[in-house]
Amino acid sequence: MTVDNADDSSRDERAGTSSGPTLPILNQPSSRRTALKAAGAALGLAAFGKAVSPLWSIPENVSVDEFLQQHYKELTDDEKRRVFERLEAETQRQYGKDVTISDPPPIPGVRFGYAINLSKCNGNGACMEACNQENNHHRGVDQSYIRVLEMTKGSMDMEHGTTSYDHSVPQEDKFYMPVQCQQCENPPCVTACPVEATWREDDGIVVVDYNWCIGCRYCEAACPYHARRFNWEPPEIPADEVNPDQGYLSNRIRPQGTMEKCHFCLHRTREGRLPACLEACPTGARLFGDLNDPDSDINWVLQNKRVFVLKEELGTQPNFFYFFD
Amino acid sequence: MSGAAMQRAHSAPGSTTEPAPARDREVELPARSADSREKFTVSIRRPSGPPRVATGLTDLQGNAVTAACSTCHTTRPPDHENRRATDLDDFHSGMSFSHGTVSCLACHDERNYDALKLADGRRLAFTDVMTLCGQCHGPQMNAYNHGAHGGMTGYWDLSRGPRVKNNCIDCHDPHAPQFPKMQPTFKPRDRFLDHTRTEH
Repeated sequence: MTVDNADDSSRDERAGTSSGPTLPILNQPSSRRTALKAAGAALGLAAFGKAVSPLWSIPENVSVDEFLQQHYKELTDDEKRRVFERLEAETQRQYGKDVTISDPPPIPGVRFGYAINLSKCNGNGACMEACNQENNHHRGVDQSYIRVLEMTKGSMDMEHGTTSYDHSVPQEDKFYMPVQCQQCENPPCVTACPVEATWREDDGIVVVDYNWCIGCRYCEAACPYHARRFNWEPPEIPADEVNPDQGYLSNRIRPQGTMEKCHFCLHRTREGRLPACLEACPTGARLFGDLNDPDSDINWVLQNKRVFVLKEELGTQPNFFYFFD
Repeated sequence: MSGAAMQRAHSAPGSTTEPAPARDREVELPARSADSREKFTVSIRRPSGPPRVATGLTDLQGNAVTAACSTCHTTRPPDHENRRATDLDDFHSGMSFSHGTVSCLACHDERNYDALKLADGRRLAFTDVMTLCGQCHGPQMNAYNHGAHGGMTGYWDLSRGPRVKNNCIDCHDPHAPQFPKMQPTFKPRDRFLDHTRTEH
């Protein structure tokens, strides 16, 4: 484009229509041709300005390092280490707490599965609270990756469940169904993401790179289980409540404007520990393990109990199961 | 407890069997994997021992004085007819009892009130109470042994760390075993299903 302009202007000069060396579009006689050229140049400049405009609108709370950070999968180990150090320092500055951000990789050969015994769950909601605390959720809205739905007996349609019950549980004519990310084998949220900020890892956990996420919320709309959450506000967490055991892809404090979801507590489970919601359940309704281990408890349940998955007809193939005694 | 089991319990000859050897299946379940890697154990929380009864008195240091069951029960003859708290004249009458139609002495050992009694009459230490529960509650015991019943903490992967499982009586009151009603205390203010925050 620049070359073309130069050619045009030299042609104009040869034609003797300008006096002395000037910028190509200045001091030219007003004609339809020069007006069009001026308009074209202005449009070109405007387009360029628009293209680089994100550079001028970096939010005040985003550092240059953060703005230039690459996708998680493209980071070298060394870059990851620097990113984690930066995030730890930011957390210390913003929340007044020393935290450790780790990044445990999937355990080779392990595929995680979760099962909930609906005959045991009584809807008390301790799992939601444990999730809130473990995963450094925004205290302002008491966010949690889990919703415990109160369901009328006779239907398993989660769309008819309610979360706003406020009475002693369990009620006689109800059953209770906690719903969180189902860690689908075929996750619609991953397909929907326009920037590949969310993907399925080898152990079946669907994760989010919170720094790559653009906050478009397509994944939230795509998830049939309503399992994704959006950070409308900068998370507020008192320093003494910040969980310092953090994972980059899991429970580190998520910035405002990003999506997040249940990650099976991967900072715990990839170290062999049980998820926080399971340990908190006072009814013992929750069961977690390795689907690839034929002797695991979860495989015993799949083989011996009446098991179903939510919205099976969608073909999402959850790694999250529900069963009755 | 089924009727047949109770029959066996009552017709069992006065046996002198010592408490069943405790530390087999109850204490440390061997990991079920055949793999030769070293495994951590699955342990089950155990009650500390026979319960102690508060006497309502305090000693010189201000500590509550408690008494062993046998302190009183060695002085009174057992009554096999007692099935509920209202059957009792003096003690334990305020207790709520709701555990089917089993009698007190179906589980408590009338020869030694500081111990329990299996259906076949064998004596069982309070710390091994799960063996007693499992006599009648087989399906629950089976589910428990496969992690499908009962809470736990620790590691799902026993090659990395141990797991601790709750005992039956951690969650169930043996005299009224139905899991109690609870009041939910935590509720996310969720914009999707609640309508308290709909400004977005």
